[in-house]
Amino acid sequence: MKTFNYHSAKDVKEASKLASSSSAFLAGGMTTIPSMKLGLATYKNIIDIKGIKKLSGIKVSGKAVTIGATTKHAEVANSKEIKKAIPSLAALAEGIGDPQVRNRGTIGGSIANNDPAADYPSACIALNAVIHTNSRKIDAEKFFKGMFETVLKSGEIIEAIEFQVPQKSNYQKFPNPASRYAIVGVYVAKHKNGINVAVTGAKSCVYNDKDLAKTLSSNFSAASINNVRVSSSGMNSDIHASAEYRANMVKVFAKKAVEAC
Amino acid sequence: MASLVGSRVERKEDKRFLTGKGRYTSDINIANQTYAVFIRSPHARAKIKKIDTSKALKASGVVDILTGEHIAKDKIGGLIAGWAIRSEDGSEMKCPPNPPLAKDNANFVGDPVAVVFAETLDEAKTAAELVKVDYKVLKAVSNLADTMNSEAIHEGIDKNLCYDWLLGDRQKVKEAFDKADKIIKLDIINNRLIPNAMEPRACVVDYNTASEEITCYTTSQNPHLSRLIMSAFGGVAPENKLRVVAPDVGGGFGSKINLYNEEIVCSWASKKIERPIKWVAERTESFLTDTHGRDHITHAELAVTNDGKFLGFKNETIANLGAYARVFGTVTPTYLFGPCATGVYVMPAAYSNVKAVYTNTAPVDAYRGAGRPEATYTIERIVDKAATELGMDPIEIRMKNFPTEFPFKQTLVHQVDSGDYAAGLNKAKEMADYDGFAARKKASESKGKLRGIGVTTYFEACGIAPSPVVMMLGCGVGLWESAEVRFNPTGQVTVYTGSHSHGQSHQTTFAQITADELGVPIENIDIVHGDTDKGTFGMGTYGSRSLTVGGIAIVNACKKIITKGKKIAAKMLEASEEDVEFKNGEFVVAKSNKKKTIGEVAFASYLPGVRDEVKSPLPEGEEPGLVESSFFDPANFSFPAGSHICEVEIDPETGDVKLDKYTAVDDFGTIVNPLIVEGQVHGGLAQGIGQALHENAQYDESGQLITASYMDYTMPRADNFPEFNIGFTCTKATTNPLGVKGCGEAGTIAATPTVMNAVINALGGEEISLPATAEKVWKACKSAKKTDAKAA
Repeated sequence: MKTFNYHSAKDVKEASKLASSSSAFLAGGMTTIPSMKLGLATYKNIIDIKGIKKLSGIKVSGKAVTIGATTKHAEVANSKEIKKAIPSLAALAEGIGDPQVRNRGTIGGSIANNDPAADYPSACIALNAVIHTNSRKIDAEKFFKGMFETVLKSGEIIEAIEFQVPQKSNYQKFPNPASRYAIVGVYVAKHKNGINVAVTGAKSCVYNDKDLAKTLSSNFSAASINNVRVSSSGMNSDIHASAEYRANMVKVFAKKAVEAC
Repeated sequence: MASLVGSRVERKEDKRFLTGKGRYTSDINIANQTYAVFIRSPHARAKIKKIDTSKALKASGVVDILTGEHIAKDKIGGLIAGWAIRSEDGSEMKCPPNPPLAKDNANFVGDPVAVVFAETLDEAKTAAELVKVDYKVLKAVSNLADTMNSEAIHEGIDKNLCYDWLLGDRQKVKEAFDKADKIIKLDIINNRLIPNAMEPRACVVDYNTASEEITCYTTSQNPHLSRLIMSAFGGVAPENKLRVVAPDVGGGFGSKINLYNEEIVCSWASKKIERPIKWVAERTESFLTDTHGRDHITHAELAVTNDGKFLGFKNETIANLGAYARVFGTVTPTYLFGPCATGVYVMPAAYSNVKAVYTNTAPVDAYRGAGRPEATYTIERIVDKAATELGMDPIEIRMKNFPTEFPFKQTLVHQVDSGDYAAGLNKAKEMADYDGFAARKKASESKGKLRGIGVTTYFEACGIAPSPVVMMLGCGVGLWESAEVRFNPTGQVTVYTGSHSHGQSHQTTFAQITADELGVPIENIDIVHGDTDKGTFGMGTYGSRSLTVGGIAIVNACKKIITKGKKIAAKMLEASEEDVEFKNGEFVVAKSNKKKTIGEVAFASYLPGVRDEVKSPLPEGEEPGLVESSFFDPANFSFPAGSHICEVEIDPETGDVKLDKYTAVDDFGTIVNPLIVEGQVHGGLAQGIGQALHENAQYDESGQLITASYMDYTMPRADNFPEFNIGFTCTKATTNPLGVKGCGEAGTIAATPTVMNAVINALGGEEISLPATAEKVWKACKSAKKTDAKAA
């Protein structure tokens, strides 16, 4: 790891001001630090935002669950309020990485990193999340741009993620046997105003499968998915799973999620 | 005193390992040490045109940078193959030079070409990036199947062929095949594995400028052997000026048998730069440069009669050696593989033909089981296929071909001294509730799942020795083991062993056998190993040999202690030596109540004289002291055997294989500590199952390792396994006084075919290659479904 300057920001304003093209914000550091250790990323300045109190915490109102950016996965997994309001979201957090990762990794970090196989981005899409940053509010559908890419600008900091409480929802994933990231993860959420089927792991970026959503809108049952053709075009292919296999897994795990809703 | 052999003594090691008090090589720091970083070839095959170190040498903190040129100039020797194997035509095997730093050619990704020494690790890393190596990249040979048709990697080694070896009789096999009712054919790929010891390799070297002695602390399974190779072949220093210490070592599995480039380079360089050196591998370096395991392509044929009797067996294998031939690299796919390929069966005729080839990949060497897992996989898969094709039960066909008498002259090499294969299989069958399988299969099917059952019966040849045999087969050294047992004047015992514990719990097992031999409480016995300055000499730990060879050397040294103790006790008790018996730690004069404890005798042996209360005259001609040593060279290998049965449940929608039940019944002869042996079985099973379902090292066409991290290389985890159901049978080994057989590799040897037989059984006989990953199984389920539909 190359030497760098370490800053512990006292508030969002200071953190944002310190940001530059050669800096990175540090929350849980679950991706940033290994990338630096492997020499895949080097930064002149690391801006630690863990100490900013305002960025952490969970608020549940009738229609929404709002989670501060530096809230750890374990806190989400163990939150009684979230378990009650959106049990599938707590379950998703419980399934991320291992206990060490869940006790360091944060929701904001996961979303900002936008790993194509991460779990949280699918929750954002499925639960019509709004991403609150220090300068604006962004709909999840517009937030995730591509592989490891979001619409966040330099110096822009996620403050909280606001999820819409669905009528019912469930997340099912098929983990990569080696990394345990999702080979395919499907988050199905039924809202009053529509259905989302968010898919992670399958393509270069999380997406809402409109065909599956449409089918489920007319008949919310696992059986109805049998008739949908999920194309393998644009799907990831690697040593663990071909595009064809992933396409099949999207269907299988969408069914599992619907069954578990 | 009750015997400790056979009891579940808690491990003496636990306190230090479970509380983080182990002392591993990377825990060692020496004042004024420098840090080494190796510059490694990023190419699988390249000519090294030029190495420019000028800029790096000027970087902050750099002490020195050395390359292959320096190695050559100082005439430092390279790494060697420990076994000379001859081809079928009588010609000698062909091995390329393997210099510690590549000078002219780099032959795999990770092959070290230069090394930087600096004041800090960061400075060494920064400087390493400034070293400019000018490579001419050549086309890599990375596909094992095509290797012999590819360009030669090493000068003078045609077809990249190290040897084309034959064991057995082709003519006899042909005759047997001519008589057969049916020939079963099987093509398999034994997947390449990366050992992944928890502790990465490391070395810390200290050169004493006054005594001119080099001390190398290192992660080795056999420090004495490392010193021998480094001295005799490396020319680093004479043995008396070279001390090799392997302190606590966090797992080896064969990957730490070899002496590696880094140990030679750092030992040599420490003397050159007159500074201590520390090197610790990063995990990526472990993936790239630790020796890998397995990697065979095999075509096997089994000749059978219609009622399931075996007549003959053929095994044609291409074995990947990787870029260079290392210590056990050449013997693993020959004498550790070929003889075991006929399994536990009476096989009237057989041969094993192995072509070992070089590729531009990491060297392949012994990995837990070394050759025997590959052999067992081959025979156990083809026997299962024979059962399927003949419509027989897999247990029935095995029972039909077991030997009924022991010693059993196994077809190709071994004279198996003891065993009872049917007893083991019957016990496993019962423990696994084999007869209840049909009902469980039905229950799975009602949930839309497939269920399969797999059986394996195995034997293996381990306890690697005896010297006359292994040397005849090509081994460059004798494979005895030594021990020294020392009584302190105040009665505690220190045992020095040449074997090495890197997870095997010798501190406990060896103390148990010593306690039984000498009648001394176990807490008064210390086991010392891993330091060439402590103890005589040793050949190390691999091939499940520590107890069967090293442990017996301890027993024999203890017996010598008792012999001498009897003489002293007789004199002390004023009795004749013949009347003195040793029992439970006491020398007793027959038909009297006169006795001396072994502690009193030890004390007396160090105070040979008469003064006040101390009256301990030594018998005439006896030397003072109570210290004895022994070298043990057994008459034969040891032959553990067993029967494993497992059940898998497959989700045809995802191809996910759930290992539902696993039963292992092993015959390890006498068991010294069941707790430790069960742990060995568990670990072995985890690695064997890992090969069947998870692990797979893969190189791409250009020779890049694409599974060089835990993101891509699937290590099995605890949640991949069911609770193992473990049992034992016992036929004692006849070739050692304890009746013990090796247990360290058994699980790895048996588990892979057991699991694959179950998966293939679940798939209705549809062949599938190792490892049975979800996608492969899913595809097989789809094709099985299509076949079913057609049949319907």
